[in-house]
Amino acid sequence: MVEKQFIVTDEQGIHARPASILVSTATKFKSEINLIYNDKNVNLKSILGVMSLGIGLGAEFIISATGIDEQDALNELEDALKNGGLTN
Amino acid sequence: MSLLHGISASNGIAIAKAYRFVEPDLSFRKKTVEDIPEELARFQSAVSISKSELESIRDTAAKGLGADEAAIFDAHILVLLDPELLTSIEDKIKTDHVNAEHALKETSDMFITMFEQMDNEYMRERAADIRDVAKRLLSHLLNVEIVNPSMITEKVIIIAEDLTPSDTAQLNREFVKGFTTNIGGKTSHSAIMARTLEIPAVVGTKEATKLIQDGDIIIVDGFKGEVHINPTPDVIATYENEQLKYEQQKTEWTKLVDEKTTTADGHLVELAANIGTPEDLEGVINNGGEGIGLYRTEFLYMGRNQLPTEEEQFVAYKKVLQGMEGKPVVVRTLDIGGDKELPYLNLPKEMNPFLGLRAIRLCLEEQDIFRTQLRALLRASSYGNLKIMFPMIATLDEFRQAKTILEEEKQQLIANNINVATTIEVGIMVEIPSTAILADQFAKEVDFFSIGTNDLIQYTMAADRMNERVAYLYQPYNPAILRLVKMVIDASHNEGKWTGMCGEMAGDEIAIPLLLGLGLDEFSMSATSILKARTQILKLNKGEMEELANEALQMSTAEDVIQAVTTRCKL
Repeated sequence: MVEKQFIVTDEQGIHARPASILVSTATKFKSEINLIYNDKNVNLKSILGVMSLGIGLGAEFIISATGIDEQDALNELEDALKNGGLTN
Repeated sequence: MSLLHGISASNGIAIAKAYRFVEPDLSFRKKTVEDIPEELARFQSAVSISKSELESIRDTAAKGLGADEAAIFDAHILVLLDPELLTSIEDKIKTDHVNAEHALKETSDMFITMFEQMDNEYMRERAADIRDVAKRLLSHLLNVEIVNPSMITEKVIIIAEDLTPSDTAQLNREFVKGFTTNIGGKTSHSAIMARTLEIPAVVGTKEATKLIQDGDIIIVDGFKGEVHINPTPDVIATYENEQLKYEQQKTEWTKLVDEKTTTADGHLVELAANIGTPEDLEGVINNGGEGIGLYRTEFLYMGRNQLPTEEEQFVAYKKVLQGMEGKPVVVRTLDIGGDKELPYLNLPKEMNPFLGLRAIRLCLEEQDIFRTQLRALLRASSYGNLKIMFPMIATLDEFRQAKTILEEEKQQLIANNINVATTIEVGIMVEIPSTAILADQFAKEVDFFSIGTNDLIQYTMAADRMNERVAYLYQPYNPAILRLVKMVIDASHNEGKWTGMCGEMAGDEIAIPLLLGLGLDEFSMSATSILKARTQILKLNKGEMEELANEALQMSTAEDVIQAVTTRCKL
């Protein structure tokens, strides 16, 4: 398993559009990918799950991936977060 | 073949296939299932059909309506394939031994409630996405079709119970040749929309959706208010001929496009158009509009999930002002409420929406919305001849408040070095009897009046214009209405101001002689009515119409007035 912590720098937090990008990215991989925020653990391949967390500005969250392509998945998700201006 | 009678809402003849825009029956019973694998397979097949359907809708929408409209369907696909949603439904089928329909309903309801309770607006909107996706899945489980208006790719006539603004926003203008609805009248949204789109429509047929099937050949006769279902070849031929004649008549009118509107005795009036969006400008110019007498800005706010930004509004207003090349453009500020709702504002339901918190009342209460619109208008003002009009003014105090807010926003923009036109006329709609009666006092402070006859008649006669059972009270020629109109026009002229009319009455051939006689300065109507009205006014004599109007003011019933006008003007 690999995991990494991020801090949200987007004023609006993780709202609909960026959440869709994260979910579409995660869905491409075979690994089990989770997002952990505020002691809650949701499937990052679920748009409803991710959005239900209501992650706002300054929030710290962890993405973890487990499976054969776990490192690739984590790298690509990190790129997606940075390109979308969600984290630094 | 059969024939349906309704109310003529928009002139013209359309012949095309029927497209039913009707919500299907999605009711079902909770059942216990024995064969779990089969039930799961049935569910998975509904998911995969829904997915390919959404993909093709997305592709069609991207081509016909644009990328923004298409993005909604991408979001729907993500929700449809959401593992949390799918797993919960499948788990419910497995553990509770219930049918897929029930499992879907319970699970989607849970998610919808969860999202509706969030304090973030974006998230609340996702509830609507889940609801749409659940509806689509359910339709495939039940093997019934739901309507996908974005998928229309051939000429059709829309058959519906009623058409709301958000319904019409989804329709591709290229393919929709006509409307037929069960309910509605001359002034309902669907009728106004049909006139704006210049397509024939018959409303209030009561049973169009019951009698017409998808694919039936339909003739909409927008002149007589009749709808033919699967007509004989003879009837089709007759109508094709009439269609041609109407086209020729229109060509004849076209010769007057660049003419001024002067009566036989040399009195000049202005014929303007009512529009809803910048796309309507082409019709205004082609039909010889001398200005915009009413720009209904509501359409910027409808058929979407959130308020339009200042920038979006600015772009639309600028486009209209530039397109009219210095001719007057009267923009009505937001008129929401009554029969026009904005679901995303989450306003409480009212018992009497037409008498409730609507139009300027709402804007004075929700000032952020109002100020955003005013800023967009002021910024656009330097691109043309802008006039701002406040709707539903009942008291002078409301007008003063609205004008103060406008002035504050103007000073703020000037302080920030933003260009604002030096003179912008500020007027009001006269729709409420109290304002018509006190017009002499209003006239001292406003720059112009525009009489909104649909509402003025409804409020004067105390008759809901959406209620067909009291439709007989919609009496534009009632002397009571004519007297109110006269009070308003006289009051404006006494103060050196002008009066326009932007209701249905302004384009009506029986009303035009009377309005001309009463001294109306500007007639604003559907673009398609302008050339016909001009043809009529060119032949009229203002002096004679003054006599006729004075006689009408002394009559006791609408029937007497109609009789007098039709005899005098040979209509």
